[in-house]
Amino acid sequence: MKVPIEVTVNGRQYRHEVEPRLLLVDYLRDTLDLTGAKIGCDTSQCGSCTVEMNGTAMKSCTCLAVQADGSTITTIEGLAVDGLHPIQEAFWNKHGLQCGFCTPGMIMAAKELLRNNPSPSPDEVRHGLEGNICRCTGYTNIVKAVQEAAAVMGGAS
Amino acid sequence: MTTRIFSSGIRRREDPRLITGQASYTADIKLPGMTHAAILRSPHAHARIKSIDASAAAGRDGVVAVFTGADTEGALNGIPCAWQVPNSDVKAVDHPPIAKDVVRYVGDAVAVVVAESRYVAEDALEHVDVEYEPLSSVTDPKKATADGAPQLHEDAPGNQAFHWTVSGGDAGAAFSEADVVVKDRIVHQRLIPNAMEPRAAVAQWVGSTQDLTLWSTSQNPHIARFLMSVVTDLPEHRIRVIAQEVGGGFGSKIPFYADEAIIAFCAMRTGGPVKWVETRSENYQATIHGRDHIEEVELAATRDGKITGVRAAVWAGMGAYLSTASTGIPTILHGLMYAGPYDIPNVHGDVYGVFTNATPVDAYRGAGRPEATFLVERMVNLLADKLGMDPVELRRKNLIPAFENGHDVSTGLTYDSGDYEKALDMLMDSIAYQDLRRDQAAARSEGKHVGIGVTTYVEICGLGPSQVAGAVGFGGGLWESAIIRFHPTGKVNVMTGASPHGQGEETTFAQVVSHELGVDVDDIEVLHGDTDTSPMGWGTYGSRTTAVAGAAVALGARKLKEKGKAIAAHLLEAAVEDIEYDDGNFFVKGSPDQSKTIDDIALMANVAWNLPEGMEPGFESTTFYDPPNFAYPFGAHAAVVELDPDTGQISLTRYVAVDDCGTQINPMIIEGQVHGGVVQGAGPALWEGAVYDDGGQLITGSMMDYALPRADMVPEIETMSTDTPSPDHPLGVKGIGETGTIASTVTVYNAVMDALKPFGVDKLDMPLTPERVWRAIHHGNGS
Ligand code: FES
Ligand code: FES
Repeated sequence: MKVPIEVTVNGRQYRHEVEPRLLLVDYLRDTLDLTGAKIGCDTSQCGSCTVEMNGTAMKSCTCLAVQADGSTITTIEGLAVDGLHPIQEAFWNKHGLQCGFCTPGMIMAAKELLRNNPSPSPDEVRHGLEGNICRCTGYTNIVKAVQEAAAVMGGAS
Repeated sequence: MTTRIFSSGIRRREDPRLITGQASYTADIKLPGMTHAAILRSPHAHARIKSIDASAAAGRDGVVAVFTGADTEGALNGIPCAWQVPNSDVKAVDHPPIAKDVVRYVGDAVAVVVAESRYVAEDALEHVDVEYEPLSSVTDPKKATADGAPQLHEDAPGNQAFHWTVSGGDAGAAFSEADVVVKDRIVHQRLIPNAMEPRAAVAQWVGSTQDLTLWSTSQNPHIARFLMSVVTDLPEHRIRVIAQEVGGGFGSKIPFYADEAIIAFCAMRTGGPVKWVETRSENYQATIHGRDHIEEVELAATRDGKITGVRAAVWAGMGAYLSTASTGIPTILHGLMYAGPYDIPNVHGDVYGVFTNATPVDAYRGAGRPEATFLVERMVNLLADKLGMDPVELRRKNLIPAFENGHDVSTGLTYDSGDYEKALDMLMDSIAYQDLRRDQAAARSEGKHVGIGVTTYVEICGLGPSQVAGAVGFGGGLWESAIIRFHPTGKVNVMTGASPHGQGEETTFAQVVSHELGVDVDDIEVLHGDTDTSPMGWGTYGSRTTAVAGAAVALGARKLKEKGKAIAAHLLEAAVEDIEYDDGNFFVKGSPDQSKTIDDIALMANVAWNLPEGMEPGFESTTFYDPPNFAYPFGAHAAVVELDPDTGQISLTRYVAVDDCGTQINPMIIEGQVHGGVVQGAGPALWEGAVYDDGGQLITGSMMDYALPRADMVPEIETMSTDTPSPDHPLGVKGIGETGTIASTVTVYNAVMDALKPFGVDKLDMPLTPERVWRAIHHGNGS
């Protein structure tokens, strides 16, 4: 049995019939070929799959595609509109990534963090990103990147 | 014309594709007609397979094929171990890609399902009917050697995979004459590497030409191609291995895994491309683990604190089979470092590699050296306690004095260059050590418990001279290669045989070429990871990429500089000895207006209208570089922790790393390597550990149960450096990929033990979790 869904992803509308058990992250990656969101775990621990749904960051491995019916989603691929988003630019400037696998999720989580707290302290950044694991950077430069982005964005999200 | 970018932290060239989600990792690949595989893994630590019935699974909708060990028998050879360590007796036990008669660890492959989707393949796994007869099992490497322990392999009596020794000086005499001897039993627990990208493989088979292409999450595609050829009997030139974007490895993507052979087999049998992506829980069982040592160690010294000897017996768990590089880790990369940065004349070590019913162990970031550094630095602190000396003073007393060109060590190695005390001085200044000790004492009197750990270390990396690789039994060379190709427009491709996956060499190598030949860094593209286009190389691990492949790039650029001079001399009608080079310009000595740019030279060489008599066209060099020695980075690290005695909670409040990796090409990337390495090494000190229960079940089977460092668990890592050039490398580079991990585990551990001193706790096994610490405080030494 398949269920029809309709979603807007990165400004484009999609209609598909999907299996009810299909995870949103698999729908994005396999059906829409938007492979920016990554799958790093099977227990909702790593945050690699983070996307924005209806304006809020969420782990797309914790959600079924059918639950996303009617929603508006932004993935990492939709973040750069007129050039890079300031958070992307800051991750680049501050060497906030190495292998890059956690990075799409980390950037989407950072966006959520800055929406809630436009000028976070380093500690607040660390707490805000505790749902995203990075094995490469030791987080030092990720914190610096998020702080630089906060300064550049000056309260905008 | 060029921005000066050598020794400068320019932004990475690899980042734009990574921050926009446009990078393509193996799991992102989609090919026409692609099917999906899922692998059935043993739920038992040790069992005999009585029967397998795959018919129900095979009959399900959407299932293309199911294969078991009976199908791969005769089609795939065993998975080889590639390191036959000398002074040992390595047992080459059979490792069938799919278990046939016996499974030996939870995670051993038993069958594979190929289906039209991953969901369908995973569903079908539940319908493969396997009847097991459980056997008794053992996961502790010391217990596995006891009489009556369950036996894993007929060819390895007593579960002994090998016994290796290292000896220098006369340790027996040193211990019998010592004023002071300290002893400890150290457990360096099993760790799960946790590269954020799980392993994946996509195999494509073209029957008409008998060509196999494997996209693989590999740190070393050329080794993967070679071993794929060994396992499948396909000729090497018909195999192409591509490691495109790889999401971290930390050693766990060095080995050639059974899974890669299985997926290739599936593609060959079904005729279409097959994709397999590991789940994280599967990764915890089927991707190699690290460490797993039980060590009995002693240190001999004079009463005024001169260390005279170190002696160790080590039981190193190998897991159920010998993974690709596994045997070299607790031996060559561990035992040869027992003297650390100290002048210790007498060394003896016995290392026993032991088969256990657990996931195979192989290189994990630092690979053998974190264990060696831990062993030495823990013992030095115990000695300081025993002698009532400050642990930093004791280190100073024993450090090898500064040297520039070779220092022979009792283990047989020759360290390249070092100024260990300089790094220690810098660290002491930075943390204001004396003040810190005073503050610590003051805080203690107020019931606050701070601990300080200080480490001095040296490590062996930049693997390595190929003759030595041969002499120590490694089944390959360890040289590197580079092709530097100028196009007619002066733009450049650099092809390297190394295979970076986060370390940033697309940027670093461009900086090297830019530095040597004056080309703008944006006009240089570094390519890697494809055996069809990259020259032969041995991969990225062991902090060797810049140290070895980077040297090939530098020397290759210098060859082109010489060719450029010859072309310039010809065009300018001057003698070649009169041509000088500066920043991309070749000019006649004394008349800088008579010049040719590197672009002019590249164009002329490519069109070849007017070249010196007999010169070959093209502006391209191929260089093979075999390093004359290993590289020996060193440094000094400090950790400060706070202990809450009521909860046992440890907070890592400060971490300062002084590292010396020789000449720095991109300091920003170097700092990043240290940040990540330090946190990865702090993990096992405080949180990480793979735990098996008595039946061999992996209790820490998912990210819910295995505690990885998160952003709010660690402080900002502070980095500093000294830069003692390597006398062997053309740019003076050493290596930096592993230093953080090598030094930080024991630094953090020693800081916690320092905080625990007032409670009389002097012995505790890692990880130092709140529960363990609390129990020790309230019930005494409780490991
Ligand atoms: S994939 Fe790990 S949280 Fe979603
Ligand atoms: S950059 Fe590799 S996991 Fe974060």
